[in-house]
Order: sequence, then C-alpha cells, then structure tokens
Amino acid sequence: MSTPLTPTLSPPAGRGGEFLVLEHLDKHFGGLHVTRDVSLSIRRSEILALLGPSGSGKTTVLRTVAGFEVPDSGRVLVDGEDVTLLPPERRNFGIVFQHYALFPHMTVGENVAFGLRVRRGSDPAGVRSAADIRDRVARALASVDLAGFEARKVTEISGGQQQRVALARALAPEPRVLLLDEPLSNLDPSLRGRTRRELKRIIRAAGITTLFVTHEQEEAFELGDRVALMHAGSLEQVGPARELYEAPASRFAAAFIGRSNVVPGTWESRGSDPAGVRSAAESRGRARLPGGAAWPAVAAGDLIDGSPVDVVVRPEALAFATARDGMAAQGSVVEIRFAGRETYFAVLLDTGVEVEVLAAPDAAEVGWKVFVAPATEGPAPRAYPRIAGDFE
Amino acid sequence: MRRRANLGAALLALLLLWLVGWPLLVTLAEALEAPHWTLRHFAEFARRPEEWAALWASLWISLATVGLAAAIGVPLAFLFERNEFPGRRFLGALVALPVVLPPLVGVIAFLFLYGESGFVARSIQALFRLEESPWRLTGPTAVLLVHAYTMYVYFYLFTRAGLARLDGALLEAAAGLGASRHTVLTRVTLPLLRPALTGAALLTFMTSLASFSAPYVFGGGFRVMTTQIVASKLNGDVAMAMVETVTLAAVALVGLALLQRSEQGRVVAGGGRGVAPARKALGRSRWLAAGFGWGLAVLLLLPHATLVLVSLVPRGTWTIEILPPVLNLGNYVSLVTETERLRPLVNSLWMAVVATAGALVLGFSAARIAVRGKTRLGGLLETLLAVPWALPGTVFAVALSAAFSVHAPWVGRFILVGTAAILPLGYMVRNLPLTGRAAFAGFRQLDPALDEAAAALGAGRWRRLWRVDLPLTAPAIAAGASLAFITALGDFVISIVLYTFETRPIAIEILSSLRLQETGAAAAYGVVLATLSAAVFFLWGRRGQVST
Repeated sequence: MSTPLTPTLSPPAGRGGEFLVLEHLDKHFGGLHVTRDVSLSIRRSEILALLGPSGSGKTTVLRTVAGFEVPDSGRVLVDGEDVTLLPPERRNFGIVFQHYALFPHMTVGENVAFGLRVRRGSDPAGVRSAADIRDRVARALASVDLAGFEARKVTEISGGQQQRVALARALAPEPRVLLLDEPLSNLDPSLRGRTRRELKRIIRAAGITTLFVTHEQEEAFELGDRVALMHAGSLEQVGPARELYEAPASRFAAAFIGRSNVVPGTWESRGSDPAGVRSAAESRGRARLPGGAAWPAVAAGDLIDGSPVDVVVRPEALAFATARDGMAAQGSVVEIRFAGRETYFAVLLDTGVEVEVLAAPDAAEVGWKVFVAPATEGPAPRAYPRIAGDFE
Repeated sequence: MRRRANLGAALLALLLLWLVGWPLLVTLAEALEAPHWTLRHFAEFARRPEEWAALWASLWISLATVGLAAAIGVPLAFLFERNEFPGRRFLGALVALPVVLPPLVGVIAFLFLYGESGFVARSIQALFRLEESPWRLTGPTAVLLVHAYTMYVYFYLFTRAGLARLDGALLEAAAGLGASRHTVLTRVTLPLLRPALTGAALLTFMTSLASFSAPYVFGGGFRVMTTQIVASKLNGDVAMAMVETVTLAAVALVGLALLQRSEQGRVVAGGGRGVAPARKALGRSRWLAAGFGWGLAVLLLLPHATLVLVSLVPRGTWTIEILPPVLNLGNYVSLVTETERLRPLVNSLWMAVVATAGALVLGFSAARIAVRGKTRLGGLLETLLAVPWALPGTVFAVALSAAFSVHAPWVGRFILVGTAAILPLGYMVRNLPLTGRAAFAGFRQLDPALDEAAAALGAGRWRRLWRVDLPLTAPAIAAGASLAFITALGDFVISIVLYTFETRPIAIEILSSLRLQETGAAAAYGVVLATLSAAVFFLWGRRGQVST
C-alpha cells in the first residue's frame, strides 16, 4: 500500500487564500515578447493547469516561478513572500521536468535522497540523520508505488516509473509548491490515462499547491482544479474546465478547447430570446448565416447590429433539422467519423463552410442532403467579432 | 546570475588572450622589428631561395602525406568495417594503435627498422654481401614514408566512424534502383563519407604541416618550415625565425580556412540516421582477408617490435651482426638507477601532470561558463581554446620564447624562458584544444535540466559542480585529459625550442642518446614512453568514446 506524503510544516494562509501569486509577469527573449503581463493566483493545495499551444509562453511562466528565469518586470509571491529574485535553490519548490532530469549516475534512492541530503542541516524541519533520510526516501518511493526501488538504476526502469521517481524526488523534501512541466508528454499514449489518475491521487494526498504546464486539454481538464489558458504570451482565460468549455472568453479559447465549428455570419441583436441579456458582455441575439438561416447565439463581447461575426458552435450543439426550420442551413454529408456511441458527421454547407455534427450513427449517410441547426441542448453558439487576418 | 557568468567569462577570456593571443602578437611585432615597424625581415625572407624551398617543401610534403595516408587508411577502414573475418575486432584495434603513440616514438622505431643501420638494411647488406648499407633513409622520401606510417590512422579512424554511421537503407535504395556496386560506392557511399574524409584530410594536413620530428631526424639537408625555424633560432637569426614563424602560422590558417570553406553549406542528407549496413561475412575469401589483415598488422607493428628489441641491446654489443648478440634489461635498469637517466622521466611526468591539470581547469571553466552561463563571450572562449590546434607547435614554441624572455610585467611579459615554468606552460597552451573540446562536448551533451533539477532541490553552485557536472562530464573530461597528458609526455616540438638541461624531457633525452650512439637507451626511453601513453589511453582515453 502506498503511504501518502504529508508536509510536516503547514505554512500560514496567504491573503484571501492565495498562496502562489504571479503579478504582471513580463519577459522578453531578445526581440521576442514571450510573456505579456501575466497575473495569476493559486490557492493553497489547489492544482492549476497552465494550458496552451507550443510557444504560448506557458513554460516561461513556469520557469519564472521556479527561478530559472528572472522576469523583466512583475513579481512572484509565495505565501506573501516575494521570491522573484531568489535563486531556485533557495525557493524550496519541487519540480518535475518534461524529460524528468533524473541524475543518470545515481540510483533511484540517491536521486530521491538528493534534495534531502542537500538540505540536511539547513532545513528548519530538523536535522536529518542518514536513517531519517533513508526513511523519507522509502516513504516517498512508497507514495508513488515504487517501494523497494532504491537500488535500481534510473536507466533500467520504464518511462512511467522514471516519471514517478521524478515526482518522488520533487516531493521528498516537502516543497512549498510543486511545478510540473508537461510531465506526461514523454509517456506512451496508452500509459497516459492511468498515470494521470495516479499523479492526481499522489498530488492530492500530498496536499501541495501545484502549477502544472501542459498543451493537452484532456490532461489540463482532468488534473487541474482550474485551468489557465495561454495564447501568444498572454492569459486568455482562467477558470474551471467546464467554464472554459461552455463559455470560452475568446475566439481562440473557443477554437482551442474541444472540437468546434466556426461559421461566419452577421450579428442581429434582436434575437429570439427576449430575456437574453445576461451581462453587458454576454447578450443574446442571433447570427444570420449567408444562406439566410439565423442561429441564436450569445454575443461574446460588444457586438453591433450588422457587424461580421464568427459563430463558434460545438458539434454536440448542432443537430440535423427539417427544411421548414428557419434556423436550418442546408448542406450535404461528405464524411462520417465514427466515435463510439455517437458519430461525427462532416457536413459541407451550401455556403462552402464545413461543420461537424455529433449525432446517432444512423442519423445520415455520406451524400445525403441535410439541414443543420443549433440543438436545443449543449452549449449555446457564441458569436465573436471577426478580426481581419484571424485564423480560420 | 548572468552577470556573474559574464564577469567570469571576461576574466577567463583575458587570461586566454594572454596565454594564446599575446605571444603570437609579440612574435609578429618582433618580426616587424617593433617599435621601428619595418618589413625588411620579410623582404629578406622573400629574397632567400632556401626559405621558399622550405615553404614549398612543407606544402607539398603535407599534400602528399594526405594522399598517401588516404591510400592506406581508407581501404583499411573498408576492410575492417564492411567485412567480417576471424580476428577482425582485435586487428581493427591494433591497426589504430599508432594514434596513441608519440610521433617521436614512431620516428625512431622506423629508424631502427628501416634506417641505414636498421634491421632490414643490415639483413639485405648481409644477404648480398654489400660493402655498405643498400640505402640511406633520408630526405623527402623518408619523411613522407614516416608521415604515411604515423598518419594513415586518421583516415582509418574517420572513415570507419563514417561507415559505422552510414544508413544502410540508402545503399539498399541505390541497389534497388539498379545501381551496380561500383556506382553505389562512387555515387552514394563516398559522397556520404565526404565529411569524414575531409575531416581526416584536414587533420592529416595540419599534423603534417606541423610535423617536426620526422623532418628533423630524417630530413638531412631537406628542410621544411618547422625545421627551418628551429635552425634559424639556433643560428641566432632570431628576426628571421620570427618571420618564418609568422609565415608558417599564416599558411596554416589559410590552409585551415580553405579546407573548412570547401565543406561549408554541404549538407549530407540522411547521414547519421538509420542502421549501418551489415558486414559481409566473406566466404572462403574471409581467410584471405584475415591473412591480409594479420599481415598488415604485423607490418605496421613491426617498427614498435623492433623498438622493444633494440631497447634490450646493451651499449656497444651490437656492431656488424644482423641480430643483436646480447639482450638484457640493462638499459631499463639504468633508467631507474642512474639519477641523470631518471631525471628526464621524472621531468616529463611532472610537467605533463601540471600542464594537463592547468589545461583541464581552463578548458572545464571555459566550457561551464560558456555553455551554462549562456554568456556572449562563449564563442570567444571556444575560439581561443581552439587556436593552438590551428597553429603548428613550433609556432607556439617560438611565440612563447619571444613573449616570455623579457621582463616587462606592465605589458604581461615575464622572464620564464630558462625556468622550470616555461615547458609546462608551453605544453598547457598546446593542450588547450584537447581539454577544451572535450569539456565543451561534455557540457553540450549534458541535459541542462539536470543542473536545474539539482538547483531546484536546493543544491548551490559548488555542490552542483561536485555532484552533477563533474561526475557526468567525467568521461569526456578524462578522454580529453588523457590525450593532453600523452601529448605533453611525449612532446618534442615545444621542448626542443624551450628546454633547459635541468628540465629536459624524455623526447630530448631520446635525441641526445641517439647522438651519443646509445641506441639501446633511446629505445628504452621510447618503449617506456609508448607504454605509458598506451596505458593512459586505454585506462581513461576511451571513456569518452564509451559514453557517446
């Protein structure tokens, strides 16, 4: 059985429960602006997933928190203490690297003991004798289900085991914060799901505040209590996974998170939903498609009548409809993508735009003429102002 | 953190500039007769036909050496890398042995076997009852033969490495497209081997251009630039020696630039990927190949076997006989029991240790600062460490003797010539490329995340150096250090310009013994030198290869 690691020192709560705070982080590499005014707060024991595509700046944020990069401006606070200029060796953070960075000339046990030996004598948690270190190494390894692996060479264990050794090594010195840089990207896809669940269990058991970088949405959603989405060096949106999925704050967020269709249209504010005004930024209306169909949608941002918009709609929020429906857009099924209980139907609308519809496998066949309209269930279509030169 | 790295890099760059760049500048200034600044010595150089002859000799000997060494080394590499036959691995390693032996040892071994009073000449003389030796091993042919014998190994090793990296699928693709074996060789294999062959040619050319012991021992009246420089210096024509040094340095740099330029922008697609083609298990011909391989190995090792035999001959006991009549260990005993004979051994050992340690510290520090600190001066540090490789040893020896024979501390010049410090300093500067390149390679192979992981776990700079950097770069460092040690231990080029009687190293003592007709003692020194060098190489020198 595994033994959960529990920090012996419980630091006092920070302001408003915020434990790790990033304030206006800005960073350039040469002429490249890699991090733009990033501000973020993570609560004690919270797991925050920093999600974004390659080059979005998420790893730079993580390296700045770790102390490997010094920001051009901005601060990093841990429990109210400014650590921005503190060297990494004095931060007491645990880090799991993308390729694990296990010391190849040391055994599994020596790797896990490294941080404990380094801190021996200088750690307020008390003097650590050789026996104490052995005991802590054993507990750390047991917590990741690798009890008895102390004498093994790190080059002789599997990728999944290396990942867990890296986690045990990071957690053994009982760090204040745990940082993980794409820790699952090196694993075989078949191993990832199981390892993800184990990782979450271990982090939860340790109760440690965690910042976790990934470009995999599934990982971010499953591991993170909240997800922070980055794009081009800036934070796009921070919130629970469901909020990001159902109410993406930007067109980028809408397109990056999950499968989505982007259909061009024209905004009409007097929609079919009279009770529609939710907030200044989120009013209901409808988007008129080029073929004449009008799709009810939530305005993401300020939209004026007649302005061009991109309507972003999830495949499960579209359905096959009848010709009589005024919301229906006509097209033909060009491809069927089987996905288990339900099937994605690629429909080429007569306007030339292709959309995906999620429906029962027998709902249509390739070549059928069909009508597509927003479903009554699922996240409502969202309309974003169209920006010239924006991505498709 | 970055600021500290920049400061360290700046201090190190200054130190390297003082050690590497400053002596060369002083040499140039003296050739131009500073502070009068005149070109009259260069004009004098241009007027003398013997100077042009020496320059031309250096160039054609080097080019001919490249051709001859390639003619031996490349077919040998194909034989050992592409075919399977009994004893292949053992013989393959044996054939590469000359690379770890000091050049002077190869030269005197050659002398004892093929020289006018060597075994072969004596045998032929006795067989045909000749009045005198059938040949005199002297002049350009002799130099060329010795060069080919000591330098074929560069082509052999580079070509073997290139063949081992070759993607077998490319050869199969060519064969599948209908190419004959000859076409595959000329259109696919050799073009893919081009970087390896160019590398070997470059190394052979530079080594040959810098070669001193072979032309010094076998040249006779035939002069190349390296021997010309030393002759001018010994004759007291210091200004001309400086001009010759500057000229040789310029030729070396131009040669290096030309050879490097010929390879620029040449991308070999597919090189280094895939699996090397399988070795052909030869049928009946494998015994022929094995016989050929064994015969060749014997031929190549015969000079060294001769050296061992001669080292067992007591002084004055071998006169006209074909084989020595008396053999014993007397020469070895006197090496350790007679203080004056032991001194060169002790000198070479301590000077090689000190020089290697110095070169190691400088190479390691520069690599760590340049690779880890990501400082802008990284490129300068790497270049400064590599400069001594591009210039012949004689150039550096003369440059150091020029820079450090004057007391002018305010311009970084001290009197070191004539002291015990100058030879270790010279060896150290010569060895900077070996330790520097090894350290840079070691650090570049190291995942920077390991250092970050150690830092994140609380380890400070010194602990990271001790627990992470040193153990992980140790194989590369050990390889570089052992090569540096071997080079310093057997050095002749630097020593002959800068030695004093008190600090004379093994190589100088070998030469003195030969002059005094003490061939047994010279051979014993040679055997000790070769054994020490081989032992160091096999103990530590190959660790870098294993790790890569």
